[in-house]
Amino acid sequence: MSDVLDALAIGVKSGLGFQAIFFALLAIGINVHFGYTGLLNFGQIAFAMLGGFGIAISVSQWGLPFWVGVIVGIVAAVVLALLLGLPTLRLRADYLAIVTIATAEGLRLLFRSVSATPVTNGTRGLSAFNGSFIALAPWDTQRRYDLLGTSWSGGELWVALVGWTLVALSCLLVWLLMRSPWGRVLKAIREDEDAVRALGKNVYSYKMQALVLGAVFGALGGMVYAVGTGSAIPDQYQNANTFLAYAALILGGAARVLGPVVGSIILLFILQFADTLLRAFISNGVIPEALLSSTDVAQIRFVLVGIGLMLLLVFRPQGIFGDRREVMLDAR
Amino acid sequence: MTHAPHRALVHGERTGPPGAPSGRAARGRRPLVLALLVAAFAMALATLLPAGIANAEGEAVRGTLQTSKSGPIEGVEVTVTDSSGDEVGSVETDDEGRFRVELPDGPGEYTVSIDADALPDGVELGDAGAERTVTVQPNAQQNVLFGLEDGSTNSGGGGIRAVQLLVDGLRFGLIIAVCAVGLSLIFGTTGLTNFAHGELVTIGAIVAWYINVQGGVPLIAATLIAMVVGAGVGALHELALWRPLRKRGTGLVAALVVSIGLSLLLRYAIQIVYGGFSNPYGEYQSQQAVNYGVFTMTNRALASIVIAVVVLVLVALMLQRTKIGKAMRAVADNRDLAASSGIDVNRVILVVWMMGGALAALGGVLLGLSDQVQWDMGFRLLLLMFAGVTLGGLGTAYGALVGSVIIGVFVQMSTLVIPDDTKYVGGLLLLIVILVIRPQGILGSRARIG
Repeated sequence: MSDVLDALAIGVKSGLGFQAIFFALLAIGINVHFGYTGLLNFGQIAFAMLGGFGIAISVSQWGLPFWVGVIVGIVAAVVLALLLGLPTLRLRADYLAIVTIATAEGLRLLFRSVSATPVTNGTRGLSAFNGSFIALAPWDTQRRYDLLGTSWSGGELWVALVGWTLVALSCLLVWLLMRSPWGRVLKAIREDEDAVRALGKNVYSYKMQALVLGAVFGALGGMVYAVGTGSAIPDQYQNANTFLAYAALILGGAARVLGPVVGSIILLFILQFADTLLRAFISNGVIPEALLSSTDVAQIRFVLVGIGLMLLLVFRPQGIFGDRREVMLDAR
Repeated sequence: MTHAPHRALVHGERTGPPGAPSGRAARGRRPLVLALLVAAFAMALATLLPAGIANAEGEAVRGTLQTSKSGPIEGVEVTVTDSSGDEVGSVETDDEGRFRVELPDGPGEYTVSIDADALPDGVELGDAGAERTVTVQPNAQQNVLFGLEDGSTNSGGGGIRAVQLLVDGLRFGLIIAVCAVGLSLIFGTTGLTNFAHGELVTIGAIVAWYINVQGGVPLIAATLIAMVVGAGVGALHELALWRPLRKRGTGLVAALVVSIGLSLLLRYAIQIVYGGFSNPYGEYQSQQAVNYGVFTMTNRALASIVIAVVVLVLVALMLQRTKIGKAMRAVADNRDLAASSGIDVNRVILVVWMMGGALAALGGVLLGLSDQVQWDMGFRLLLLMFAGVTLGGLGTAYGALVGSVIIGVFVQMSTLVIPDDTKYVGGLLLLIVILVIRPQGILGSRARIG
């Protein structure tokens, strides 16, 4: 029984920690792309990687201040969004999907390649760039604090506090934007692009703006992740994270302001809870070693996400909060 | 995915965290770490060996000396010194070219050097010399890689290297084409952008591996069985998932995300069953490259090319001459019109899935033959398949063929100007450039791009 309680506490910590913030910000960006505008961006993790490495490279390699790194990361994400949108936003949705996933994978391969090692330090990545940010914490970051049954370091708490503030501000921004005329045009593009064009709106330009906005959220997510882990390694930014963020978004409900946030918290909680519980059961023999070893547990979570994603889309595409009429999932 | 057959490499692994159960590992299971490490480009080094040295506690450095021409190199002295220059240990490579030196002093920085004079004739050290400095983590079996050259990669000057890369690229492109024909036809007949197609490739390769290596069946027979299994898996996808979804009226974008879910599910389920390590097939592994004057090629690579060409020609003939082939093209061209002229669309789609599954399985075996079998080999090929299919024209069978060959050749030839480990980036860049210039692809029709 204590195993279950432990797993519960660790699950809650994970659902509130920086990883949940990371996925929430990724999913907020995807929500702008996919939920509101109907753009199929499967390369969200590329923007996160640029955000994270923006800080890491600026601070560790170029010796710039932390906040300059933040700006570098955001600018890099905006530039990538423009580059991606330019050729593909005029084409059908699945072209953007293929191009974005290809870009994300290509960028990761580039960042971990030997030739990029002078800048990104290759597969080993960069570290020691978040010191000046952690030092801003108003409490002692060396101490550990007990919260909700688990122990948090002061640094973790600070990253979580700033991260959730960022999430709240992002949600507020999305809420304000989506009830503005600009947001209504985006939703109209999702419903019927041709009708919007007939009304004299520049659909291409609106799509581009949405792509850039979502990319900035993605970059912020990557920064939170990089600062939270204290390191930036190309292989942390695997494409599977984009799909996890999609799962979070669809779970919470696409085209809802709080959908991605609630989805991320629940998803991270379920993943960590299942992970910890399975490991505990394996280590004390409830699940026989022959059936499942503890090295397999890391893979089980992706299997669960895959099943969950399929079931959600087939049986409840609107997720927890969504509106079925709004989530038609067949936008362009 | 493609290989650089003339590099020597050293192969090793890290153990899991201290105290982690090693029962699986001892049977050849590798931790995820290794899978991630090799995930992108270690594939380029085609001569990985199966895990021969069992995991042990404590730190060690290990590796293998071999090149494709010389085979494993025996009797080369490998010396390990610590950061202060004191010698920790020294061994000679065994008959399979392997070495392993225990590090009793624990983790830290070590320098590993090999005796260059003991290398056989024709094998030389790469640009990085005879010494490697490695940082060994606690409980890690640190693998050390010496880039040995056997003279066949860079010696012939630019022109000859280009020919060699062209041939390698042709082989790679044909394998992509075999895998991608199904992807393109499925897209053409159902509109589904199937992100789970890479897993059909992996399943084919892994089924063949189990039958071949564990079951002791000759590889050719194992491949035929794997193709039948692949066709079955394709049919299962269609009957159990996609046909019911089409009946429910699930949109294409929803179907796309479902296929991503399916891809994740299958990929990681495969990793749980098969493990994160890479394995060769039981046969045709120790072939030496045959010299054809301007290029060299192993017999298995030649056989891959011949098989791929024959299969692709057969597919083309089937599409052109047989009734079912014509029906496929009709459904791909205009589904409603095909249905109204009496074609059983669902049956045609089922046949397309079975054919796509079988071809993907064959492609997987051919890929595994050159680059070894891995749990995510199909997924890594998927993006290049998409690139090829998009280049040729989404939904057209011949387009997939032409586009894939171009992508394969482009990816290989691009290593003339860009480093080897960024060559896929070039392929993916090409995909984006194509979309700017000619989004419908070479053989696609304008109407398809929407």
